[in-house]
Amino acid sequence: MFPNSFEYMAPTTLAEAVELMQRHEYDAKVLSGGQSLLPMMKLRMAAPPILIDINSIDELRGWKEESGFLRIGALTRHSELENAVELRDRYPLLAETAVWIADPLVRNRGTIGGSLAHADPASDWGAAMLALHARVEGIGSGGERQIPMDDFFVDTFTTALEETEIATAVLVPKPAGRTAGRYLKIERKAGDFAIAGLAIHVVLASDGTVAEAGFGICACGPVPLRGKRAEEYLLGKKLTPETIDDVSRMVPEDADPEDDLRGSAAYKRDVLRVFAERGLSDIAKELQGEGVVG
Amino acid sequence: MKIQLRINGRTKESDVEPRKLLAYYLREDLGLTGTHIGCDTTNCGACTVLLDGKAVKSCTVLAVQADGCDVMTVEGLEGEDGLHPLQTAFWEEHGLQCGYCTPGVLMSGYALLQSNPQPSEAEIRSGISGNVCRCTGYVNIVKAIRSASAKLAGAADDTPSESAKEVAASGKKSD
Repeated sequence: MFPNSFEYMAPTTLAEAVELMQRHEYDAKVLSGGQSLLPMMKLRMAAPPILIDINSIDELRGWKEESGFLRIGALTRHSELENAVELRDRYPLLAETAVWIADPLVRNRGTIGGSLAHADPASDWGAAMLALHARVEGIGSGGERQIPMDDFFVDTFTTALEETEIATAVLVPKPAGRTAGRYLKIERKAGDFAIAGLAIHVVLASDGTVAEAGFGICACGPVPLRGKRAEEYLLGKKLTPETIDDVSRMVPEDADPEDDLRGSAAYKRDVLRVFAERGLSDIAKELQGEGVVG
Repeated sequence: MKIQLRINGRTKESDVEPRKLLAYYLREDLGLTGTHIGCDTTNCGACTVLLDGKAVKSCTVLAVQADGCDVMTVEGLEGEDGLHPLQTAFWEEHGLQCGYCTPGVLMSGYALLQSNPQPSEAEIRSGISGNVCRCTGYVNIVKAIRSASAKLAGAADDTPSESAKEVAASGKKSD
């Protein structure tokens, strides 16, 4: 199979890419890892007349810690985050999530920026970045701006990025204490999209209470969703069997699943409840030692 | 568009249409038909090749994106002394039946052994999870990769100056 004909451009600087995006507007589509866009083009679900391949733009690669956050370049491949040993302690949810994305071959090519900009309802990174309270950095004719995750996903396959904007990085806030993360996903077969997925991020204060809580849900609504009720409830509390039980019942309340070939809405809600219970119990053990404070 | 790339160690220059996928470029323009096209929708992994050392699905990379890159296909596994130990292991352990998925599985297995010369069974299974086999099943494929891993480690022991990784990279048969 092959896509419709298109004009191919491969700028080597971000400035050049921004200029091309402004010149071609609606006709231009950014090509990053291409693991969703190219199949869609081959199936003729997408047929952009111009592809702007950003893979040669070195300034979009890699990550570094800046004041208050970890800046992950948009071109960072899933496999790089899966294997980033130096990020395991403070940003455990990154590797936890990356390993669940598709398969090793796709992870070698797909990028975090491309995945977020694609805005699939089942986006693993979408769930994780919501849980981490991250922001997406974009650049366009109006210069740079940061978009909080809560405003980023507008609808299925639609983000807050303007037609001429390019996602340049994801900004993950530095945790203010001991942190743990879990990504739980159920799929029909290895490497598939989620039937339901839940990303959990917890930071404990020195007194053992929850200082930061994040819950990101995917494949259970038109866009990845935040478990707001669970987050608000958990702040300032300790991770006890009782609070974990309460929270696990709140997570599905913020989901909006539909019956489809992957399962019924009721089933997906129940999966989320079980995931919240399992993930938080695991996190409690990791951060508090074997015995969960009762 | 003009592209120049290294394929199995040889430099190639071509003029390709931007919409041509790498898998089709390898098969149709270069005659390297060892790279198979299975699902053509990024699911099956039959088209797996190494792009700058990383295993990728060549049906989901444009040929123009490989400009300036190093590409290794299944044809690149065999060395002057014959089959690569990984290929021999697939033969010995019956790691294939119809053989359609085999070039892709070999490339995933090769990439895995490059980064992790002594993988556990779980690591092998995870390493080939992007490659679909519809007839043999995975038991003998996993056995074959384990056997190749042991052979390559043995070869490394015989030549202490080289790690198993380097032996694997040389593409030479170990015995």
